[in-house]
Amino acid sequence: MPFQPIKFYQTGTFTVGNRLLNPEQRSVQSHRDRSNAINSGHRACQGCGEALGARYALDAAMEASNSQLIAANATGCLEVFTTPYPETSWQLPWMHSLFGNAAAVATGIAAALKVKGRNEVRVVAQGGDGGTTDIGFGCLSGMFERNDDVLYICYDNEAYMNTGVQRSSATPPAARTATTMPVGAHPGNPFGQGKFVPAIAMAHEIPYVATATVADLRDLEAKVKRAMEFRGARYIHILVPCPLGWGTASDDTILIARLAHETGLFPVFEAEHGVQVSALTIRKQRPVEEYLKPQKRYAHLFGAKPKPDVIARIQQRADRNIRKYGLLQKEVA
Amino acid sequence: MDKPFAITLDPGSSLANHTGSWRTRKPVYLDRLPPCNAGCPAGENIQGWLFHAESGDYEKAWRVLTLDNPFPAIMGRVCYHPCESACNRGQLDSPVGINSVERFLGDEAIRRGWQFDQPSASSGKKILVVGAGPSGLSAAYHLARLGHGVEIHDAGPLSGGMMRFGIPKYRLPRDVLDAEVARILELGVTLKLNTKVANIEASMRAGNFDAAFLAVGAHIGKRTFIPAGDAAHIVDAISVLRSMEGEDQPMLGRKVVVYGGGNTAIDAARTARRLGATEAIIVYRRTREKMPAHDFEVEEALQEGIMIKWLSTIKHADAHNLTLEKMKLDDKGFPQPTGEFETMEADSLVLALGQDVDLSLLDGVSGLEIKDGVVQVGSNMMTGHAGIFAGGDMVPSERTVTVGVGHGKKAARHIDAWLRGTAYEPATKHEPATFNMLNPWYYSDAPKTLRPMLDAIRRQTSFDEVQGGLDETNALFEARRCLSCGNCFECDNCYGVCPDNAVIKLGPGKRFMFNYDYCKGCGICVSECPCGAIKMVPEEI
Repeated sequence: MPFQPIKFYQTGTFTVGNRLLNPEQRSVQSHRDRSNAINSGHRACQGCGEALGARYALDAAMEASNSQLIAANATGCLEVFTTPYPETSWQLPWMHSLFGNAAAVATGIAAALKVKGRNEVRVVAQGGDGGTTDIGFGCLSGMFERNDDVLYICYDNEAYMNTGVQRSSATPPAARTATTMPVGAHPGNPFGQGKFVPAIAMAHEIPYVATATVADLRDLEAKVKRAMEFRGARYIHILVPCPLGWGTASDDTILIARLAHETGLFPVFEAEHGVQVSALTIRKQRPVEEYLKPQKRYAHLFGAKPKPDVIARIQQRADRNIRKYGLLQKEVA
Repeated sequence: MDKPFAITLDPGSSLANHTGSWRTRKPVYLDRLPPCNAGCPAGENIQGWLFHAESGDYEKAWRVLTLDNPFPAIMGRVCYHPCESACNRGQLDSPVGINSVERFLGDEAIRRGWQFDQPSASSGKKILVVGAGPSGLSAAYHLARLGHGVEIHDAGPLSGGMMRFGIPKYRLPRDVLDAEVARILELGVTLKLNTKVANIEASMRAGNFDAAFLAVGAHIGKRTFIPAGDAAHIVDAISVLRSMEGEDQPMLGRKVVVYGGGNTAIDAARTARRLGATEAIIVYRRTREKMPAHDFEVEEALQEGIMIKWLSTIKHADAHNLTLEKMKLDDKGFPQPTGEFETMEADSLVLALGQDVDLSLLDGVSGLEIKDGVVQVGSNMMTGHAGIFAGGDMVPSERTVTVGVGHGKKAARHIDAWLRGTAYEPATKHEPATFNMLNPWYYSDAPKTLRPMLDAIRRQTSFDEVQGGLDETNALFEARRCLSCGNCFECDNCYGVCPDNAVIKLGPGKRFMFNYDYCKGCGICVSECPCGAIKMVPEEI
């Protein structure tokens, strides 16, 4: 009879919580007294991945910092849907200044706290992919380079959703946006452009860089907790599907994020001081079609005039990620 | 107004913004019927008792289980577990070993001496149960727990019916049977053995019974006409199995041929093998695919060296050999003779061609309808004669222990209602929980735990139990493989995945509720519920 180790719990192993676990082993999100950093009543769309990802990350950071946490926020969906004047959803001190300066504002907050000797108060900065990879990138790189004591969290929904789905430097190839329409010889966003900021953050050799998705809460929480154990500049990049901009059903948000990981298109890993230390392996690899097909932003790859060559190029990107980041479990000999 | 420059309003909370008004459909929690429960002939709440077994509360699990079935240790050995055939996990890796967990709970109850709760009040009614087999004992158990006085009359010298006189020891050790029967008698049930009911109406009058439940089983082996020489040794399988319980074991010889293709044929052949037959051969007129015996029993028999001769009928029997005719299947799958004959050596021929019911106790009872040798009953298990109910092998049904136990339970509930002058209304069934309603991503891969099997050589020579049980560690593992189809197991997923914090966690055992003030109706909770216990319904305007 093969050896079968008893795991802590079996039923619903990857669920948010589990009645069979000790309370301290359960996720932050399963606690009735979680901080709910973004309160109900915010104006995010139905099924918003960013609202979910931000609550996941900030609740975990609140727990790790004993609720001694200040947030700086870039302009973007997250800022707009949480704080229509005079209402706010935030359950922590929160500051918004400009689109491009969240990292610099956070640096300033951290410096002020240092002057005041308030070492126990921690600082996060957060923004969407536009505010992070495009507009705020100079400030962000400076914050990394100076190793300021800030955790920067980027909620990546792969375009400027707040202003009407315009392309950003995080928009993936072939995706339709308002500025990369599916027309002409190479419809959608071109191949060979854009950037993957987690790799750039690693190049700064800052203490901690990680990626995560809203599909794997336990992984996300573990990474935020790990990030809070470091002092200095840290960066977490979270993939947050956008039902509006991606053209997906509102109840598919987590499914799409899961497929982004399980196809290899979005590599989930962590790195310390510029070196990758782990990868979240894919339990069951999926072909990229499964990820692309439910999204209207890729509809031009299917339908009446399908484009298998483009899909093949996207598959190549996924395969390269799998090799590069070691996303498939090594076969045990 | 004392506010900073350009500020005219006090800071407010987004809680003032009731986003629930955006919604056109809303999620609602519900319980769905898991396929195991739907498939159980005894109507067990399998998902319900596995839930308690998962947390290691075996006594609670056993108590929930025995609300429907008083024989977990027996079921865990002899039930053909249609629950496992229906199990949704079968579409993921392999079905949950429900039967092995049930056996573990049953054995644990015997080991620890758990007893049933005594009925709180007595109804003052008396019910006669005829037959101490699975169906009769089940009815007696349920009637006793409902507060009725129960007396069981059985013609045999020992209780258990076919569980003792039909199922061989290597499948059901007798100490297990005795322990589970004794626990029913502890409820105050009277058992009268060696008491054949010759006339049901007379017995009811004599004992002042208010109602009767008949479950006499099918104990008469069917015969078929086989031309035979004077010295041919022909017996029927059911009497071979019955005589195994007595002092004198049957003499079958070294080469035994069993004629038939059901589970009884397999039991008879395996028994013959254990009694010392060097060759035990089953002769069956059709093919393995058409054989009514359960496949795993056929497999176990083959492992023990039982041989099976397919597509053959027996035309003539002599003292030491048989004449067989080869058959072939026609287009419709029926065997047709080919005219080709062969001979086969045999010291004895055991007929396992099915069983008939001895209905003599019903002679002269008015209103009964008997068709195909069995008594017809209504949906309430009552025969055409008011107050006389029947179940088990003597009514039209699949003849298994579990079906019999289910009949006993169903009859008990209807008898109880009938005695009160009402009709029993079963609760409406929940809608089924099918595999496509689950989100299996959340369940980790976990292959089924295999039960230990006795060595083949010992299986050929002894009546030791063939299949072993699980111990606590692997029984717990097996219980935790349950997907909890259609029933919330408080995994906190809905509470976690709601982007609007619109799920309220009510605490252990209390599940969750939606805060419809803020629920935008996105449906993520429905998609991400691992067990399919939430559904979207249109919003009423």
